Amino acid sequence: MPLLPLNEAIATHVNDGDSVALEGFTHLIPFAAGHEIIRLKRRNLHLIRMTPDLIYDQLIGMGCATRLTFSWGGNPGVGSLHRLRDAVERQWPQPLTLGEFSHAELALAYQAGASGMSCGLMPQHADTDLARVPGASLRTVRCPFTGRLLTAVPAINPDVTILHAQQIDAEGNVLIRGIVGAAREAALAAQRVLVTVEEQVERLTADMSAVVLPSWLITAASIVPGGAYPSYAQGYYPRDNRFYLAWDEIARDRRSFTAWMERHVLGVPDHAALLRALGVAA
Amino acid sequence: MTAPGYTPDEIMTVTAARQLRDGAVCFVGIGLPSAACNLARVTHAPHLVLIYESGTVGTRPKVLPLSIGDAELAETATAVVPLPEIFAHYLQRGRVDVGFLGAAQIDRYGNLNSTVIGEYARPTVRLPGAGGAPEIATYAREVLVVMKQTPRSFVPRLDFLTSVGYLTGSGARAASGSPGAGPRAVITDLGVLRPHPETQELELAALYPGVSVDAARAATGWSLRVAGHLETLPAPDPAALEALRDLEARTRAAHGRPIRINLRR
Repeated sequence: MPLLPLNEAIATHVNDGDSVALEGFTHLIPFAAGHEIIRLKRRNLHLIRMTPDLIYDQLIGMGCATRLTFSWGGNPGVGSLHRLRDAVERQWPQPLTLGEFSHAELALAYQAGASGMSCGLMPQHADTDLARVPGASLRTVRCPFTGRLLTAVPAINPDVTILHAQQIDAEGNVLIRGIVGAAREAALAAQRVLVTVEEQVERLTADMSAVVLPSWLITAASIVPGGAYPSYAQGYYPRDNRFYLAWDEIARDRRSFTAWMERHVLGVPDHAALLRALGVAA
Repeated sequence: MTAPGYTPDEIMTVTAARQLRDGAVCFVGIGLPSAACNLARVTHAPHLVLIYESGTVGTRPKVLPLSIGDAELAETATAVVPLPEIFAHYLQRGRVDVGFLGAAQIDRYGNLNSTVIGEYARPTVRLPGAGGAPEIATYAREVLVVMKQTPRSFVPRLDFLTSVGYLTGSGARAASGSPGAGPRAVITDLGVLRPHPETQELELAALYPGVSVDAARAATGWSLRVAGHLETLPAPDPAALEALRDLEARTRAAHGRPIRINLRR
């Protein structure tokens, strides 16, 4: 498991046309890695994330994605993701094909992918319109034991899953603590796993059952302090709820969005420079 | 008319909180449901078990979270579990008493839309989507819905069915095999709607002080029936109102704090 500078890790392992899952459920969202994808101008990506959050609003608005698989696409507690809406409602900057699930279905799809299964199963009840949208991928099967109807959710196996985590040790093992979401399942489902971490330590001081990804599961890792900002890293810094509120205004308009991205993402060399420019880090 | 000393949002939140019994296991949506559940917990229901879809179980936040995954929820939780576990082992397995939801549209049978306004392929408004709502609506033993009552949100026909209520009513939900009982009450800024015991159509069951039946009808996109016994709810209890305002003031202060990150470790 090599330790690489983040721009080198992304340049080497994220290609145009890849399916890419930047996971982390509200917590530990890999913003720094997403910004590097934008700086490297990757195109035609199939983005996968349960909650697209601001990072996919940014990737979509900057023209990196042509497909999105997701289960809840809002700015949590604030409202809309305006760039996601603009792409779906007015095809700006390009059309975006949606693959839409509920949280339970998408978590199951990752779990199936991580288990080498072609699908995951859940009980079937009343159909909603989600089962009838164009491109809906759920199917009904019958349990061979009980005859009960089950919903089959196709497995998801991203080309690349990218996570942010708290620590990596000298051997390259990675620790995640706090809200873990479906990060572990998304990582184990992927062909390649990239990780950014807050810091490197000699040894992880983790509880026996903490979420540790062993080094041999990880394709490359990068040390990026503050790499989840404006999301958060439990034990390091809290979520910047003020930024999530401010994003509503920034992203509402194409021009103010583009100006913000040019200044704060394209116009800086790396995440540390972005944090300094925003006055978040000294 | 003199000002009542509380806002429509406040009486809605206090009324929603009062629907929760102490000790219940409650799966909480963000926004108004989260405010109502935490108000219940700090007032009459200290043993209410709150679960957020981020996998935080038994959480006791001191400030209201902005997102369903704020650190405050993890730090004050009994347990933090992975997402496949919260949805499969807790919700799908039937371990949740009450699901608490909001939505953009509701119909007369309590079915909910949080996906799109307009055609799915060419929506006028792309809404955030399903999130945890379809499974909460299906599996929670009962569901409470809290939303503002307007003709745009209380509609004769949903643009999109995201989460099931009573489907077409008169037992259709039970016939479909949905394990939970469905929406027990819809709490709005005007009063409370409850399902008719047989048809399961939502009826006006209670009004806040000073709100008329006509006002509730005008705010509903279908011809709203009035229950046999229409209750007038009291003004919010001053202690509950004070607890809600405290919670909101602490929340504003916490969310306004600037973040500092140390890049040297």
